[in-house]
Parts: sequence; C-alpha cells; structure tokens
Amino acid sequence: MKSLMTFTMGGVHPEENKFSEHAAIVTLPLPKQAIIPLGQNLGAPPKPLVKKGDEVKTGQLIAKGEAFISANLHSPVAGKVARLDESVDSSGYRRMAIHIDVTGDEWDENIDTSPDVVREITLGKQEIIQRIKDCGIVGLGGATFPTHVKLMIPDGKKAEFLIINGVECEPYLTSDHRLMLEKGEEMLIGIKILMKALEVDTAIIGIENNKPDAIKHLNELCIRYQGIRVQPLKVKYPQGGEKQLIKATVNREVPSGKLPLEVGCVVSNVGTAFAVYEAVQKNKPLVERVVTVTGKSVRKPSNFLVRIGTPVAELIQAAEGLPENTGKVINGGPMMGKALTTIDVPVTKGSSGILVMNKEESNRQRPNPCVRCSKCTEVCPMGLEPYLLAKLAKLALYEKAEKEMVMDCIECGSCQFTCPSQLPLLDFLRLGKQRVGHLIRTRK
Amino acid sequence: MFTISGSPHVHGDENVKKIMYTVVYAMIPAMLVSVYFFGLDAIRVLLVSVLSCLFFEWAIQKYIIKGPLTINDGSAVVAGILLAFNIPANIPWWIIVIGALVTIGVAKMSFGGLGKNPFNPALVGRVFMLISFPVQMTSWPIPKPILEGGFITDAVTGPTALGLLKEGVGAGKTIDQIMSDPEMPAYIDRLTGNMTGSLGEMSAIALILGGIYMVWRKVINWQLPVSIILTVFVFAGIFHLIDPQHYIDPMFHLFTGGLMLGAIYMATDMVSSPMNMSGKVLYGVGIGLLTIIIRLWGAYPEGISFAILIMNAFVPLINNSFKPKRFGLLTKK
Repeated sequence: MKSLMTFTMGGVHPEENKFSEHAAIVTLPLPKQAIIPLGQNLGAPPKPLVKKGDEVKTGQLIAKGEAFISANLHSPVAGKVARLDESVDSSGYRRMAIHIDVTGDEWDENIDTSPDVVREITLGKQEIIQRIKDCGIVGLGGATFPTHVKLMIPDGKKAEFLIINGVECEPYLTSDHRLMLEKGEEMLIGIKILMKALEVDTAIIGIENNKPDAIKHLNELCIRYQGIRVQPLKVKYPQGGEKQLIKATVNREVPSGKLPLEVGCVVSNVGTAFAVYEAVQKNKPLVERVVTVTGKSVRKPSNFLVRIGTPVAELIQAAEGLPENTGKVINGGPMMGKALTTIDVPVTKGSSGILVMNKEESNRQRPNPCVRCSKCTEVCPMGLEPYLLAKLAKLALYEKAEKEMVMDCIECGSCQFTCPSQLPLLDFLRLGKQRVGHLIRTRK
Repeated sequence: MFTISGSPHVHGDENVKKIMYTVVYAMIPAMLVSVYFFGLDAIRVLLVSVLSCLFFEWAIQKYIIKGPLTINDGSAVVAGILLAFNIPANIPWWIIVIGALVTIGVAKMSFGGLGKNPFNPALVGRVFMLISFPVQMTSWPIPKPILEGGFITDAVTGPTALGLLKEGVGAGKTIDQIMSDPEMPAYIDRLTGNMTGSLGEMSAIALILGGIYMVWRKVINWQLPVSIILTVFVFAGIFHLIDPQHYIDPMFHLFTGGLMLGAIYMATDMVSSPMNMSGKVLYGVGIGLLTIIIRLWGAYPEGISFAILIMNAFVPLINNSFKPKRFGLLTKK
C-alpha cells in the first residue's frame, strides 16, 4: 500500500461517528408533494418553464439556466404543478419554488432508466459538456457549482489532473462512502467521461484511510480503467476542502484567490462523477441523490436514494422518526452544515446529509475570554489567524481584515472547533468575509 | 422549535479550565521536589500563595469589577503556584500575600482579567517582591531533604550558585576558584535540585518532566522553551570559548537559577507570549540573549524574570510583524 498523504497545514480530528457506513443505500418512495426550490445551484437561479396546472413527467425540464453560471432544473417526479410560490428552503429564507403534486413516476421517454451499466463512451468532448449542462449537473459535494462551467477550460489554461473527492471528511456523513461501494463502476465511467471532457490523462481519487473497503473496492475496479488511481489519505479534517485535497494528492498549492486550474487541477466529487455517468450514458438529469440521515439518537441511521424535492421530514420518518430530544437538525455535516429552521424544507441538489442532534449537543457553551493560546492559528488549514480576524470583524476594521487575508478563509470551522474559550470565531469570520467581499465589489 | 446557529455544530473537548489544570499537573513533580527539600515550609509557601491569589481574584471580581466569578477556571491557581515557585521557602507569609496582590490585582485584573494581561502576572509579582524586599527575597534556605530528618528548614541560609558566581567574578576570582568553593553545588545536585534557590527552580529534571507532559498535552509548543535554552547555551558557550576562566561553561547556566522554570513554565504563558510560531522562536531567542546579558554583566545574578518581562513588552510588535505562513502565498508559478 502506498504511504498515506495529507495536507500539511493545520487541520483537526473531530469524532468521526460514521454510524451509517454499513447501511446500504435504500431507495425512498416518492413524496406526495415535491417542493423544488429554483436556487439549488451556485450562481443565478434558473428561469421556470412551467406554470400552475401543467402536467410534468419525471426528468422533464422545468426551469432553464440562462446565465453563464446557472444550472437546469428537472422535475424529480411525475405530476401536476400545484403552484409557484415562495417557501422556506434550507437556507432559512423564503425563496421561489415549484410545488408539484405527485401522481406517479412516469419518466420522460428519452431517459434510459434500466439498471444496465453502459461502459462505452460514445460522445465527444463538446457533446459531453452540453449533455452535462442539459442535465443540470452541479457539484454534489455541497458547493453546487455547475459542473459544465468547470469543464469549460479557458484559453491558455490546461488541466493536468482530475482530482476526485472521495474524502468525505465531515463526521457522520456516509453518502459518498456508500456510493463508492455500491456504484463504483458507474463512478469510474463518470470519471472517464470527465477526463475526456477535460482532456486529461490522469485522475486521482482521494479517499481517507477510514474507508478501507472503498479504497480496496475502487483499487480493484481501477485495473480496468486506465489513468485512474486511488490515493489513500490520512484522516484529517478539512481534507475534503478543494485546496487541501489538491495539496494532499498532488502537493500543489492553489495561489491565494485563484482557482484550482491555476495549478492544473480540476476537482470533482464522487457523487458528481456518478451523476455525470447517469447524464451522459443514460441521459438522466439530476433528479435524485444519496442523502445520509444520521445522529446519535436517530434510531436507524441510513443512506437514502431520494428524489430532489422530498421534504426532509420524510427522510427522518424513514429513519424511524425524529427522536424526542431533538434540539437541532442540520443540512449537511456537523462542521459545515446549516441548521434548519424546519424539517418541512426539501432535499436539494446540495444536500449530502441530514444530521439530527440531541438537545444537549445543540447549544453552544458560554464563551470565555480569549486566552491567546494560538490554537486557532495552529489548526487553520489556510494559515490565517482566526482570533485576529474575528477581532477585526468585531471592531469593523474591514480594510485591515482584508490585508490579513480574511477572504482566504474556507469556513471549515476548525478554529471554532478547537477554541478552548468556545469563542464563536467563525461567526465573526463570516461577517468579516461578507463585509470585505462587499468592500471589494464596490471598489470595482 | 430547533436551535439555529452557525457551523461548526460540534466542539472539540478543549477548554480553558482543562488547560490550566494540565499546567497544574505538570508542576506536581517540581512541587514534590520542593516539599522534599524544604519540607513544611514549601507547603506553607505554596498554600499561602495559591490561597491569596484565589482570594484576591475572587474579591476583585466580586467587589470591584462586580462581574462573573471565574476563580474556578484554574488560572489563579496556576499564577499562585508559579509565584510560589519563584520565591525562597523561608519568606514571611505577609510578603507572599503582598506578592499575590500585585500578581492578581496589578498584573492581571487591572488589565481586565484572564487573557488581557500583557505581562506574566507571577513574574510581575516576583519582580515587585524582589525590588521591594531584597533581603527576604535573596535569603535562600539550605535544602534539607525530608529523608534526612528535615521537615522545617533551618534558619541557616546560603547563596545560590548564580549568586556565588556573580560574587566571585565581581571579586576578580577565576572560574576554577569559584567552582572550588564548598558552597557551590555539584552537577548532580543541580540536576536533582539539591541546592539553594527558589521553591520551584530546584530540580531541572522535575521541570523538564512537567514540560514534556505539557508538550504532549499540546498546552505548550516545544519550540519556545527549546529556543530559549539553545540561545542561552550558544550565547554563553561563545563567551566560555573566548575566556573559560572568566565565563563559566554553558551547562552551568542551563541548570542553575530559574532558567528551566522560566523557559518551560513562565515564557510559555499563553496570554503573554506571541501567537505565531516564528514569533515564538524570536521571542525565545530574545529571552535567552537578555538572560545571559543580565547574568554576565547585570547587577542581578539571575536575569530570566527580567528577560521575560522585557520580551513580553515586544509581543504586540512581534505579533504584528511575524505572521504564519499563509496557504498559497509562497507558491511560485
């Protein structure tokens, strides 16, 4: 076995708590009503193409992404459009969403819904990118950046490596892990497709060493897929961060404020690779994804294959119900996930897990004064000084915060996780980033 | 209703109280050594110091600041033990109480309490006592191990090794003459602590043991104490090589006086030391240089307390100019 690699700067080791890692993916039944928020991707939300009363089929285009950074949206169910209305989504804000009353699951006739694995890649580079765009594929690791935009390499730039993120460094979450085990072959074909679109010869799948079964399984499959290799990584959070993963796998540092392409890398998540396979080989748009439902009190931690638009409440129900002492429900993992205001919000393209926390775990402890222990600085994977940036943000010294590189913060939360004084460092860093971002935009 | 808060939603198990008590545990070997050599007197000094530090912190928080009471966070206990470590075993109790008032009242609470003090509180207290009560602060009892029947120290006092050295060099003696003085402790005594000195600076071995524990528990970085010790060794070594009869060998400097205590427990104080690694190393080098400068040419035989306090004053400057290595800033291409 190859020696384990990792990123060099900072990092923490939260408790892994991967309760659902042995739970095979279960397909969840369709909801009665699907709620499909328009803004599910990074960038501009797509424009709706349907109106109240329209009949739609599963996989039918219902909103079109027109801006450069935007993504198409497809109906995840067959049914009748009940209304276009604002409703609370996982961000906690009211946003425009399409509500569809589900009548059945009749798929659009151009979509191949058979379980057969299609291995031969027939489409060319441009057709692949177009197909990925048509199918509304976005990064499924959580950032939801439209994948087709990532594949359009600007003139003068060249990708050398495709790095596939199978790290899943967030505690509790296991959706990527299960997908690697159960859809490994499809994923590798997806990676091959991405390699063809990017014209790269090498793809590296980074997987943390706490998933030896996935490493072994993919290693065996890789023999038949030239150019793809698995790189086992030492367990350390936030290794799934794009810049950290590049450092860990190919030992290159993305310059401050630049994209991975600057060092010849394109990073994509394992879930995205699987979605790309389905889009290109099966013409199947992104209408479902794997979501982990887990937590210390959850009776049956599970991994579900669910349609986009299914209310979170139904997922929790399928994991044998909301525990009585629930204090917090998080969309995503415990380090970077967002606390939900209500469990009636739907699953979106970016939902990788639903984490249910007990009352005792839900509240922060009372913060104490900073004792200047410098642990936040030691664990920062970007080499920043969180204690200083938090203080600058608190004092509204945004110009100084910009000089201290607050915009490089990846919001991984390592500083706050480690702070012995329980200070809400990341809250203030986010505030600083937001204000400095505004400052930079108004300057132009 | 669910709780809504920003990520991260989990916290590592670290807290201030744990850190403070880790420091307390790390000082247990040195405390035991001091009790072994000074018997009940050591216990008396430790108790008076810790209790008065706790009392002043409590009283100031309750009656002057009128804020929340935080005496159980352990920081006053640490300050109390460190203060006791820095004074002779036979000092009158009321001087300790005054020292504790300066430590907690002046050096810590007047700046706003835990985390706000620019100078190491125990050292401020110690230096205050040294200047105000020079006689009591420099009358060192001769250690008398418990096993040899000594529960209370004798009234007999003697000079410290560094004191002997300073006095000898001042009188124009050569190093050989100074070292042949019967009061000069042998090497093995300097390691185990069987020599005159402040309560906590006795045994280098016990102090290093505690230091290793703190490094293991990630309460201190090894780089800072090592940079101080190395600087002292190199700087004193250079002079020793130039004139071995006028400047003593560097190993002597390492295991006498408060060097180990200062380097491992006082300079590493989180609140008053720099935040970033390069800054910490610079700070350590500065302390090492100043210590030797004071020891070789200053008026006092020992200089580490002053060295640390002087370097404390540079910490804001160091923090401003020595930044951590940023990700993606040094990459070429």
